[in-house]
Amino acid sequence: MRSKKPAAAVAAAVCGSLALAACGGGGPSSGGGKLSNDKVVLGLLNDQSGVYKDLSGPNAKIAIQMAIDDYKAKYGAKAVAKTIEIVTADHQNKPDIANTKAQEMYDRQNADVILDVPTSSAALAVASQAKAKKKLFIDVTAGTTKLTGSACNKYTYAWAYDTAMLAKGTGTTVVKKGGKSWSIVYPDYAFGQDMQKSFTKAVTDAGGTVQQNIPTPFPNDNFATFITKAASTNPKVIGIMAAGGDLINFVKQYNQAGMQSKAQLAVGLMFITDIHSLGVDQFAGTSFTDPWYWNLDAKNRAWADKFQAKTNTRPSFAHAGNYSAAMNYLEAVQAAGTDASEAVIKALDGKKINDIFLRNGEVRSDHRVIHDVYLAKVKSKNQVKEPWDYEQIVETIPAADAFEPVSPDCHM
Amino acid sequence: MSAFVQYTLQGLAAGGFYALAALGLAVIFGVLGVVNFSHGACYMLGAVAAAVLLDVVGMHFWVALVVVPILLFVVGVLMERLLVRWLLRLDPLYNFLLTFGLSLILVDVVKRRYGVSGLPYERPAGLDGQLHIGALGLSTYQVFACLFSFLICGLVWLLLTRTRVGMIVRASTEDAERTRALGINVGRWVTPVFGFGIALAGLAGVMAAPFRAITADMGSNFVIILFAVVVIGGLGSILGAVVAGFLVGLVEAYGQAYAPAFAQVVIFVLMAGVVLFRPAGLFGREETA
Repeated sequence: MRSKKPAAAVAAAVCGSLALAACGGGGPSSGGGKLSNDKVVLGLLNDQSGVYKDLSGPNAKIAIQMAIDDYKAKYGAKAVAKTIEIVTADHQNKPDIANTKAQEMYDRQNADVILDVPTSSAALAVASQAKAKKKLFIDVTAGTTKLTGSACNKYTYAWAYDTAMLAKGTGTTVVKKGGKSWSIVYPDYAFGQDMQKSFTKAVTDAGGTVQQNIPTPFPNDNFATFITKAASTNPKVIGIMAAGGDLINFVKQYNQAGMQSKAQLAVGLMFITDIHSLGVDQFAGTSFTDPWYWNLDAKNRAWADKFQAKTNTRPSFAHAGNYSAAMNYLEAVQAAGTDASEAVIKALDGKKINDIFLRNGEVRSDHRVIHDVYLAKVKSKNQVKEPWDYEQIVETIPAADAFEPVSPDCHM
Repeated sequence: MSAFVQYTLQGLAAGGFYALAALGLAVIFGVLGVVNFSHGACYMLGAVAAAVLLDVVGMHFWVALVVVPILLFVVGVLMERLLVRWLLRLDPLYNFLLTFGLSLILVDVVKRRYGVSGLPYERPAGLDGQLHIGALGLSTYQVFACLFSFLICGLVWLLLTRTRVGMIVRASTEDAERTRALGINVGRWVTPVFGFGIALAGLAGVMAAPFRAITADMGSNFVIILFAVVVIGGLGSILGAVVAGFLVGLVEAYGQAYAPAFAQVVIFVLMAGVVLFRPAGLFGREETA
């Protein structure tokens, strides 16, 4: 406990009289009383059992633990957060469960921040809880633009990507490379409709045309008819906006129909776990935008090696994103000397970040984190040199071009 | 016109899956009076087994078409011997609940062992690409799926009509009590028939493996459509299951092509229509319904 004394002194200076009052109430054993409950609690709320389990799921906890270890190793005795806990919950991709779990995490488990939260509707529920409880939420895996648009708030950050970025990345770049005519196939629910709109805008803005928009039921396992329809106008590119199992169904049937030679396939949202589960030869040649790739450079690779040593698998961008979000949250606590939300927000806002996940990253005023993203092409089987070596980075899209400008709908 | 022919083929190919699996469901219901809700899970097990066998021992698709149904037959025999048998005397609802619970367990076991994002399956050589007949380009796999399910349905039909076993199965499907009264040991056939029904679901699963996502959940939607098929055809009617299987495949394909927003609804509208006007299904008889 002695070792906490210098840190307490530093923190007292930083957080001023407000924190001093809290320190006084902490009692002799509490040491750094500038932390609520004497500890920092990171809440991981995601899909632990369903369709997004492999993509982030339980391994995201390991990524966050890696961030905690790195933080402690970096600051040692000077660390503001001496005790850091992770609490996890499974939201089953349902907004109502996400809502209750978030409430529970903030109120009863004393979570200072909630991380990850795949599925847009679930993330939006957590964002409104964050606003009500005045605690932080850093979204990594949900892609809705609403988090930094009409539903934006002071306590919510979007760390990795959104649908507009995917559309801008893939739509614009593919059109520029000659894929001017598109047919877009999308699942007929909120995410699919959102993606279809974003892609149509990106393709048209870049000078391309969208010949057909084809809605499909969700979920669906038979796409044969839709593929025939999409191909009927002879487009150069067929864009598919489905995710997870539906995406795999579509791609298998696309290849089976011999479409690979007729039109280029562009996928709206794809995770490396999708490529892994379907087998690289099924996806060969497919274009998509990736916020992060483990084998991009030595820096990413070194982190991916550490991750693999603990999990036996290569990280998806969601794993790296959760690491980065947790690490930067802890850094902000360190800088602020407290885990009080307002102070942490102050430390995070406008911060320029370069870490294993973010390149040329910046926390924008609307709390969207912008950074370089990558247009990737799936390698063909004979180009693959090792397990999980699936992506060839075609182009780096600079942070400034990758994301939409600050939305006029966002009022904090 | 060419598009219409393609939609028709796509419908028949999809219908083949439904017909094969529904056939198994109908045979089981006919002989045991069990509504097997785990049929979708068994379809999933067939696909997963094909993927695992390919991965571990390099078993080719064509070999899996034979081996996996045999494995699923064993699974079916075990299910019947260890579980289903004990509830046969009770209200059929008990076995419905049992098989429903069983399917939840099977799905979760597969999820635990193989994850949720699915298993890879290499495309079998020879089924890729297209067959060109005149100006028409037809998917080789769809033509295969179509012909193969016709063939299997035909073989099952021969088995049921031309063999003694088939005669007994049909007789007990029609009226188990009366068959028993004729001195035929129906009980002897209960276990193999259950295994056979499960094997058919497994066969449909293997056929799906190369061209559908192999995930633990793949049977969950499938089984719902399957029940629509069986209700349309008439519960327990073997011919009904096959005809309704192909019919539902066609309706789905035309729906997707010409009224995509209603593609899934049309199947259930068809089902509702059949139930309203012919409650026993297209080929069912009133007293079995």
